[in-house]
Amino acid sequence: MGQTPQKWPGIELSNDDLLNKKVTQTRYHPRAKFSWSAGEAISRFLNELKEGRLIGRECKHCNKILFPPRMFCEQCFKPTSKWVYIKDTGTIQTYSISYLDKDAKRITDPIYVGVVSIDGAAEKMGIMHYFGEVTKDTIHIGMKVKAKWKPPLERTGSILDIEYFRPLKEGEQ
Amino acid sequence: MRKVAVIGAGMTLFRRRLMETPKELCFEATRMALDSAGIELKDVDAVISGSAPDGFDGVHMKGEYYSDGCGAYGKPYMRVFVGGGTGVFSAISGWYHIASGLADIALVVNEEKMSSCQPHPQSVFAHIWDPILDRPLKPNLIWIFAMEMNRYMTVHKIKKEDIALVAVKNKRNAVDHPCAQLADPNITVDDVLNSEVLAWPVQRLDISPPSDGAAALVMASEDAVKRLHVETPVWMKGVGWCIDSTMWTDRDLYFPEYVARAAKMAYKMAKIDNPRKQIDFAEPYDPFDYKELHHMEGLLLAKKGEAPIMTREGVTQRDGDLPTCPSGGLLGVGNPIAATMGVKIGELYWQLSGQAGKRQIPHEIKTGVTNAWGDLMQYGAVAVMGV
Repeated sequence: MGQTPQKWPGIELSNDDLLNKKVTQTRYHPRAKFSWSAGEAISRFLNELKEGRLIGRECKHCNKILFPPRMFCEQCFKPTSKWVYIKDTGTIQTYSISYLDKDAKRITDPIYVGVVSIDGAAEKMGIMHYFGEVTKDTIHIGMKVKAKWKPPLERTGSILDIEYFRPLKEGEQ
Repeated sequence: MRKVAVIGAGMTLFRRRLMETPKELCFEATRMALDSAGIELKDVDAVISGSAPDGFDGVHMKGEYYSDGCGAYGKPYMRVFVGGGTGVFSAISGWYHIASGLADIALVVNEEKMSSCQPHPQSVFAHIWDPILDRPLKPNLIWIFAMEMNRYMTVHKIKKEDIALVAVKNKRNAVDHPCAQLADPNITVDDVLNSEVLAWPVQRLDISPPSDGAAALVMASEDAVKRLHVETPVWMKGVGWCIDSTMWTDRDLYFPEYVARAAKMAYKMAKIDNPRKQIDFAEPYDPFDYKELHHMEGLLLAKKGEAPIMTREGVTQRDGDLPTCPSGGLLGVGNPIAATMGVKIGELYWQLSGQAGKRQIPHEIKTGVTNAWGDLMQYGAVAVMGV
């Protein structure tokens, strides 16, 4: 017959144990490099970014403009059929104000980041990007925004060809 | 399909840093599970293990690397990995090994050692993002939680105070868990609200800690349960799993539709048509406090936007009408990703077999549900267990 556990194994190590070298350790630093082909859909998307334009793909079966673009529709599982330019304006779906960098290090000047759904794409389809020219008091879900592009000569065919999305000004399209 | 029961479980301490290697942790948890089931390794027909990204350990083929600690030597063995969903999904894998008739007794062993990764496991989490669309923005994993939490709060007009109540409840519940890393009997809502802002709206005490740890289960067919004269088998009544779109910026993050689909699959198998009435307690996956609420809604235990109200009214306390995370959850016990099986499937087993000690829910319970959540916010694994 079995028994209810009474002892719970595990030997805890503290930071001091590490600093004072009380732990037998080995170390390793991997050196791996990658280069990714951007593929059919995203290569065109990146090349259009260089021209200051956003582009999607139409799924005629679902009657939707898919963005970011893709060569097949995961819902009807048929090939998409047509390239369609969409606008560089949209709506903030959600956001965060981050005091952490990618390695969880603290930063004092926060990063405004979130999801912006793009006008002309199917409902709520968008990308993650930075927001600029906002403060923690002005940024909000539902805010209309527009891409702030890098100058043409500085664009490289990257998501970073858009510096950030900024509030849409009155009368602006 | 054959009936499948959990007949034993084990887990190690959950700590920021443990001395033992992955295979040593696996051995400790597995040995406990075998002892608690009253069997030996020779009685086991198949072994399943679960662990999260190889990058934490810096060892690819991690499932092979620690397999001896899982008792896999000379047996049918596989490792499953569905991100954070692994904590429940590996038990589902154990279930289908037995339900199919392939095995009579199976071991399920989950391990995670996040402390090996320097300076912080966040550096490895950076590699789960899309390399072309997301990674140039230098994302931090906490961003996705912050963005989902903000969407959930804004759509339902939920106050941070109500979300903080989950962190308070779970970290207090964890005081009674012998393996807990971050239990705090005195924590208050103000402590959570005044903790460091990491990525608004996420603050330090909204989050579970990275941990080292391992957990193991022994699962058995009905024949084996009879043959071994198991007094307190806990049956796997229903299982479900589902993945949503990988294009996560194309979905409304306020509701986890994929969790609801996985839950419906599990409830159908368990013949549950009114989960709020028929489920007695729950262990929703709680890496962040709002995720418990989000998952209660996904598990159809609360209407959309109403999980915070149930929490405020005390319904989810250990002595409430729907105790939720009586273990202390990931928020209180710790978050060694796949090894959280010990506070999810493990807790359902210990509660339903009356072995939860100081954590035991004080009233009669017959059916519980748990889930785990993974990949880039789109994987749901759900299990219903009962006596």
